[in-house]
Amino acid sequence: MIRVESLTKTYAGSTVVDIDALHLPQGGVTAIIGPNGAGKSTLLSMIGRLEIPSTGRVLLDGQDVRTFRNNTLARRLAVLKQDNTLAARLTVHDLVAFGRYPYSRGRPTQEDREQIDAALDLVGLQDFRYRFLDELSGGQRQRAFIAMVLAQDTEYALFDEPLNSLDINHAVGVMRLLGHAADEMGKTVVVVLHDLNFAARHADHIIAMQAGKVVEAGPVARIIREDLLRRLYDTGLTVTTRNNRVFVDVFG
Amino acid sequence: MTVRSYTSTSQWARAVNLVQMKPLLYCFVVVLLIAASLLVGATGVGLTSLLTDPDAREIFLISRLPRSAALVLAGASSAIMGAIVQRLVSNHFVEPSTMGTVDSAGFGLLAGLLFLPDAPPMWRMVIAAAGAWLGTAMFLLLLRSVPMRSPLMPPLLGIAFGGIIGSATSFIAYRFDLMQAMSSWMTADFSVVLSGRYELLYVAGGITLLGWFAADRFTLAGMGDDIARGLGLNPTMVLAIGITIVAVVTGAIVVTVGFIPFLGLIVPNLIARWRGDNLRRSLPLVAWLGAVMTLACDIFGRLIFHPFDLPIGVTMGVLGAVIFLWLLLKRFG
Repeated sequence: MIRVESLTKTYAGSTVVDIDALHLPQGGVTAIIGPNGAGKSTLLSMIGRLEIPSTGRVLLDGQDVRTFRNNTLARRLAVLKQDNTLAARLTVHDLVAFGRYPYSRGRPTQEDREQIDAALDLVGLQDFRYRFLDELSGGQRQRAFIAMVLAQDTEYALFDEPLNSLDINHAVGVMRLLGHAADEMGKTVVVVLHDLNFAARHADHIIAMQAGKVVEAGPVARIIREDLLRRLYDTGLTVTTRNNRVFVDVFG
Repeated sequence: MTVRSYTSTSQWARAVNLVQMKPLLYCFVVVLLIAASLLVGATGVGLTSLLTDPDAREIFLISRLPRSAALVLAGASSAIMGAIVQRLVSNHFVEPSTMGTVDSAGFGLLAGLLFLPDAPPMWRMVIAAAGAWLGTAMFLLLLRSVPMRSPLMPPLLGIAFGGIIGSATSFIAYRFDLMQAMSSWMTADFSVVLSGRYELLYVAGGITLLGWFAADRFTLAGMGDDIARGLGLNPTMVLAIGITIVAVVTGAIVVTVGFIPFLGLIVPNLIARWRGDNLRRSLPLVAWLGAVMTLACDIFGRLIFHPFDLPIGVTMGVLGAVIFLWLLLKRFG
């Protein structure tokens, strides 16, 4: 279970994240939404110990994430930031195999190989495994990075805007993958999303952030409400329900 | 900072894969070149004279054998150092001579000549390595404070930084009348290799082997701090290990044969185009190509104005410049 206690992050005098208390539900997909500059990515990075909080702490099962040994935490929590362009020329297989690094430390066992295979199967890149990443399309590359996270085989998987620059077909595919990881593989998936319809459809819980603070957090029905979202984004969007499905019309 | 313009090379890579050579063939090429390197020179040393003529045997043991060993060791380790720093800086255009490492090793060498003129070679190497370490660390700090908009930025910064250190070295060397000594140290030249004067290169070889054991860490560090840390690596620690290895090896090469230009730049790039940047897989090939190119350039330099010796700095400089231009045009064309 991930809990956040009086967490703040300050850059050059301005506070980007300021959260008294937040509890991320166990299991399922939790989406973090909010306007630009709400502190979503910074929060995700602090949970994934990629950034050091100015004050406060992030607890994983009661223990501060920063007190874990690097390798121990890497087996429990994986994090994928946005904009994963590598300066290195690696194959899909190389990348996914590095997801096993916390276990294999570079000497893969049979189990590592099976996990790599399973991850490649799941994202549908088995036929591309020996291709170099720079020879793939944006959607395939993003799936390769997700396969790396899946191969890491952690209870918690955090994704920062994984749908960035993907067309709708691939975006839906990636969200289904994350849903599969949560429902079938029992992971707790936390994902920063921009598209409210994706959040409404694919998430189980939503955390709404604004100006570094958590405005509201809870099940989808409690967050995807016209009054709340209008306030959150300061725009005249509308929320409608058709066939038991929620739609957000951002044009009002 | 992103470097991705390999997209059109897959066909090229596939064509090469068609003639994918077996490890045995690689070894055969190296052995052939070593044999040629052993037999080429101002004095004719043939297989028969080796058996009958004691003088020929002496030349062989004191000069030829050490020279060939030095070529293989220096070539392979220079190329591997290039591959390692390219991962550490996440940039395909850096190598020890374009990030101040070689110039700083030269500065250390000069400091050694000034303060401990009678120091044994081992100490000279240690001082040069210390200089290289400090210079590289300074360059990396400098790199962090400059925004990286273009992949050409780090090497340009490194060349400027190395130039400043090189100038300071020259100035001091000039004042103390050590210019000649310094330039003979710094220019790569294998004709000076004699038994008893090159053995430090075995240290370089050993440390390079150590670098190979840490290959995964370097590859991982080259994937960016966030990914590396997410997978449980401490990037700062890897960087520290990396610079130490590179500094010691560069120091050893500078005090023995002089740094070979371009090798650390072009060999890792050629191998990266072909087999990628996963060092665990590519380092043996990088070592192989480094040794092959060094041997070939040296043999060519010994043959072209026979019986005179053209220093490898010249032959490798020409070949390296051509290949580097080709790589640049491929990348930005």
